[in-house]
Amino acid sequence: MKRNTALRASELFVGLLFGVGLLISGMTDPGKVLGFLDLAGAWDPSLAFVMGGAIAVAFFAFAAARKRTRNFFGGALHLPASRDIDKRLVIGALLFGAGWGLAGFCPGPGIVSMAAGQPKALLFVVAMLVGMAIFEFTDRLSRRTTSAA
Amino acid sequence: MTIDWTHFTPWASLAGGVLLGIASALFILVNGRILGISGILGGLLVPKRGDTGWRVAFLLGMLAAPAALALLAPAGFVSPPRIDAGYVAIVIAGLLVGYGTRLGSGCTSGHGVCGLSRLSPRSLVATGTFMAAGFAIVFAMRHLF
Repeated sequence: MKRNTALRASELFVGLLFGVGLLISGMTDPGKVLGFLDLAGAWDPSLAFVMGGAIAVAFFAFAAARKRTRNFFGGALHLPASRDIDKRLVIGALLFGAGWGLAGFCPGPGIVSMAAGQPKALLFVVAMLVGMAIFEFTDRLSRRTTSAA
Repeated sequence: MTIDWTHFTPWASLAGGVLLGIASALFILVNGRILGISGILGGLLVPKRGDTGWRVAFLLGMLAAPAALALLAPAGFVSPPRIDAGYVAIVIAGLLVGYGTRLGSGCTSGHGVCGLSRLSPRSLVATGTFMAAGFAIVFAMRHLF
């Protein structure tokens, strides 16, 4: 198999695994997400188990990744370079968290739920793409003004 | 604090979480990529040459997940989702999630799972912030208004 085909196949497989994980974990059920976010009501702690299970495994992978420079296929290991804790990070997280709490969908579960045939999830994903496009547009605009000044 | 024992699913959630962890582990070690959904999707809106194939392959895999699970697991294995939000709330939520995750460079997967696993201070701040915002919004909607 050519290297590119193997790469694409492995990415497809990881996407599938991630989607199945979201479904089994309960993340694709907004009722469950909101049950976790509702500390003052009848609290459903399940999502803490999702995060705990995921981090318990991924922690070792990232510890190993730190000592490597190449991925399994010999390509680059793309680890985030940014370390800035700035206004963009905090305001972005605030807006994301507000949207997450409003409907109970974050990006991955929204996409998987859409694929499962939920009309409201489809609407969510379309609105999310519009939100992302608005960001790209305004970000480019603000960069142009900054570089012009 | 009262626990919602009827909906609490510690084992399924832990097992699902472990799968998310395995997927994130494979993606960084095998493919050399951070598994962050908002970043993977957002990168397709301003496509760069040679940087779209892996994103599309991953997303197609994700889209196939419900069908694959339906084939492998018995019916009723995944409980039907409870989507209580109305259409207007869904649209506002989508806009906020889309804009916010791009401005803040990540969501629950990129910052929450990968970032915390890397012990990244930046992701710790982002995760703490979006969780706090989520707690606050749900508190306001369910207990104030």
